[in-house]
Amino acid sequence: MCETCGCGQGSIPVKITRPGEPEANEHHHEPHSHGHHHDHDHSHDHDHPHDHDHSHDHDHSHDHDHSRQRLIRVEEDILSKNNLLASRNSGYFEAKGVVALNLMSSPGSGKTTLLELTIKALEGKRPVAVIEGDQQTLNDAERIDQAGAPVVQVNTGNGCHLDAEMIRLAVDKLELQERSVLFIENVGNLVCPSLFELGEKHRVVIISVTEGEDKPLKYPTMFEHADTCIINKTDLLPYVDFDTELVRKYALSVNPHLRIMELSAKTGDGMEPWIQWILDLKP
Amino acid sequence: MHELSIAISIVDTVIKQAEAASANHVSEVNLDIGLYSGIEFQSLEFSLGVAAKDTILEKTAFRINRVEPVAECPSCHHLYTPDRVFSHCPECNKPGIRLIRGTELQIKSLLVEQNE
Ligand SMILES: Nc1nc2c(ncn2[C@@H]2O[C@H](COP(=O)(O)OP(=O)(O)O)[C@@H](O)[C@H]2O)c(=O)[nH]1
Ligand SMILES: [Mg+2]
Ligand SMILES: [Zn+2]
Ligand SMILES: [Zn+2]
Repeated sequence: MCETCGCGQGSIPVKITRPGEPEANEHHHEPHSHGHHHDHDHSHDHDHPHDHDHSHDHDHSHDHDHSRQRLIRVEEDILSKNNLLASRNSGYFEAKGVVALNLMSSPGSGKTTLLELTIKALEGKRPVAVIEGDQQTLNDAERIDQAGAPVVQVNTGNGCHLDAEMIRLAVDKLELQERSVLFIENVGNLVCPSLFELGEKHRVVIISVTEGEDKPLKYPTMFEHADTCIINKTDLLPYVDFDTELVRKYALSVNPHLRIMELSAKTGDGMEPWIQWILDLKP
Repeated sequence: MHELSIAISIVDTVIKQAEAASANHVSEVNLDIGLYSGIEFQSLEFSLGVAAKDTILEKTAFRINRVEPVAECPSCHHLYTPDRVFSHCPECNKPGIRLIRGTELQIKSLLVEQNE
């Protein structure tokens, strides 16, 4: 299932590591053998009753002596494999009573800092676990480990997003407790992660007041696919030129159903609604 | 750069399909990609070249049909061409946007050559 993660191509393998482990075990996806020995377990019966308005009648008269041309209808969603694995993950989470949250933002918006504080705030109230996604380094996993939560680091190499397969492999290394909340910190990037479902129950997009108010307009796909938006670093509001009402307006214009919370992961101001929301989450 | 992962996924799927059909050659792959799918077209075209290299699709023409967005008003079901943001229904002026077209990421069909 290397097709959707982009690894292998760039030759940097995906690594999945727990802090304190001696060697990261490299997960060499079978390096893009392009289809020769994949098991093909889902049958495609192409009898969709769509009206295909553009008829491809390719009767170019090539002189291929012994062959003839044939049009094969495929109608396969390019992301369907990832989506299938994502729904397997979400089935697994449901069976375990686990709620998974996919946290996405630009680099440096404060995902890890927010997680550190959240882990402390949830201590004794609800079990948590974390999957950290970064292209390189174990730094974030070490911060989470320090904060006291079980964590697995996924290094995507040059992959710019997590995918459902990486989550499955990472979950294998976590002993998820019943009723826990699984936080997945995606690779810092507001584009690609929005296309790849992981099996999460909620998608949380984080922006900070040091970024432009027009982020929701520049990255509408991300804000459309999220259900919750955190505006972080509100402690810096007195020092920056950031119009919170404007960013709310932009975000809601892209996605009117977005749940928006403002907080500072540094001072802890505004954390209560976020923590309460997490405590109320049902698997 | 997710265009590369998408391109690899396309190439792998097409090869599987071509093999299942015992095709000698794939001359064309027709893709439907929505203008609001989150894909950058130039980057996808480039990535398809990279992904197809050294495979049986090296000489295949990838035809990308860019699907224009269509929105349906959640209130009055009017169909219209949406603006990405600040979308109000031009008919009833209620806010909200539901895309019914424009987010496609689909392999539609292949044109293959088979032995008689
Ligand atoms: N002033 C301020 N700084 C913050 C806040 N949250 C995070 N930071 C800082 O922003 C930087 C990036 O934070 P980090 O959590 O690593 O971001 P990530 O890349 O999204 O995981 C760090 O220097 C944090 O200390 C906040 O609420 N206020
Ligand atoms: Mg981080
Ligand atoms: Zn990307
Ligand atoms: Zn309307």
